[in-house]
Amino acid sequence: MSGRIEHTGSEHQRVRRNFLKRLWQILGIIALAEFLWFILSLLKPSKENHKSRPADTLRVIGSVEEFPAGSVTPDRVNRLYIVREEDGGFLALSLTCPHLGCSVLWNEECRQFDCPCHSSAFDRRGIVLSSPAPRPLDYLPVIIEEGKLKVDLGSITRRKRFESNQLTYAL
Amino acid sequence: MTEHYATEKSEKSHFGLILHLHPRKVRESTFRFTLTFGLGGMAAILLVIQVITGLLLKFHYEPSPESAYNSILNMQESLLFGKMLRNIHHWSAIAFVWIAFLHMLRVAFTGAYRPPRDVTWITGLALLLLLVLSNFTGYLLPWDQLSYWAVTVATSLLSYIPLAGEPIRRVLLGGAEVGQPTLTNFFNLHTGVIPLLIIALMAWHFWRIRHAGGVIVAEKDKESPMVDTRPHLINREFIVAMALLGVIFFISSLLDAPLRDRANPAFSPNPAKAQWYFMGLQELLIHFHPLFAVFILPVTVLAAAVWMPYMKSTDRNQGIWFLSPVGIRSAKMAAATGIIMTIIFISVSELLPDPEALLPKAPSLLTTGLVPFILAAGTMWLFLKYLRKLYSLKRFEMIQSIVVLMVVSYTVLTVTGILFRGEGMNLVWPWNM
Repeated sequence: MSGRIEHTGSEHQRVRRNFLKRLWQILGIIALAEFLWFILSLLKPSKENHKSRPADTLRVIGSVEEFPAGSVTPDRVNRLYIVREEDGGFLALSLTCPHLGCSVLWNEECRQFDCPCHSSAFDRRGIVLSSPAPRPLDYLPVIIEEGKLKVDLGSITRRKRFESNQLTYAL
Repeated sequence: MTEHYATEKSEKSHFGLILHLHPRKVRESTFRFTLTFGLGGMAAILLVIQVITGLLLKFHYEPSPESAYNSILNMQESLLFGKMLRNIHHWSAIAFVWIAFLHMLRVAFTGAYRPPRDVTWITGLALLLLLVLSNFTGYLLPWDQLSYWAVTVATSLLSYIPLAGEPIRRVLLGGAEVGQPTLTNFFNLHTGVIPLLIIALMAWHFWRIRHAGGVIVAEKDKESPMVDTRPHLINREFIVAMALLGVIFFISSLLDAPLRDRANPAFSPNPAKAQWYFMGLQELLIHFHPLFAVFILPVTVLAAAVWMPYMKSTDRNQGIWFLSPVGIRSAKMAAATGIIMTIIFISVSELLPDPEALLPKAPSLLTTGLVPFILAAGTMWLFLKYLRKLYSLKRFEMIQSIVVLMVVSYTVLTVTGILFRGEGMNLVWPWNM
């Protein structure tokens, strides 16, 4: 039926009909885009909408004397390792393997971090000894105040290599 | 006469839905069990099993990190047939992926993906992906060490996809790591979104099969007579369904679905393995840079699979396993080569020193990405060229050889990952694990 109507009618009517059809299509696309935008904003992690302040993520790990020089101490609760250099410098390393997110384990015998998932290995400062890990272990800034060791869990930092400014020294 | 008509009518209404899904008559030659092995029908039955057991499990499961694990323990210990229910859901899920995959191979190896079956093939691929996704989201729900770390590893794979990877991972996890938002997302995907999509796509899949005139028929069987769907096809489907149910119930009463300790984010179990169907991918990750293993390779394979039906050829062989006698020989050759080459590849990459340690200055994208990729792809290309010449293969026989090579290689990788990877993902014999 509708087919017959389309063929009759003047040129003017045909143009108008095409225009209205196009208008519907455009409106449909806009409606679809709006709907998708709504779904995406619904899926957006709500945690990220209000960024936590540093005060919430700053944790006291322990006092400076608890970590002897040359030691590697795990902190399972905060998911990190406290490494103390021979010269007394502190380095906090995330225990999440940068390859696929497993928790690395400190191997005291070989003095290295091993990843149980894909056998990546890292040295004491978190530098890759054997792949597949694509980059060193992430580190967290260490703050020392009144003999207490504090770590900001909110600022896990990626790095390409070890640099001495990643270390913190007790005054 | 009228009486006969009346009984027929009432019987018909009993079978109304089943007959609605089928044509009135089907070609007798398609009943040969070795043509299809009833795989598509089995997949449909497994969907029904999964929906029923899944809905029942939902009455007792609590989707929160605090109570999920205990709700499963509780269900297994105190609910009548609670353990059996979970076992059936678990083993059927595994059977579902297996059977859908074998169904896809059957379609590929009988040449049943070419037009007019192209849309059936593509909806089938989408269904297989949804099935894996359904399996994957369901895996997290018990919230034990196995599920927590498998999902951590598998979602970390996403972050290697350029640009879109990290945002997708964040949306899926609902944050930076696996936690309560992840469980909420996965629970909703597993018990709502994905099943609805599967049912809708399955209806489309079925309709396209009827549109194409049913199961593929070989040239020589075109004269085979048409027979009534009821009872000939319905009875056969019933037997397959009962046999399948029997096997599932038997396995579920003997073997329990795994449940380890409650999830502990601080300790990865050693070795931490992904879900079994991702083990081939995880094995690939040991040898390749993640960008290649989780992005370039899978996307290439998927694109090739979608494009497969639209290759131009004068080749009309279909409805016969492996298309032709030459097709059988080349498929065997491709399978043998795939097994041997993959084993050699794994051994060589194990024995050679780590390229990163050897060349610490070279970017890892080159040493563990492009170079091994070109080596592997080059060897494959040379072999296929040789194969084509040896048997003077036609285009679809050639595609078939590539599919065989890929599937066999991935199977070897999967078996290696599951059976031969022990502590620290080092190669060990299965009896030393």
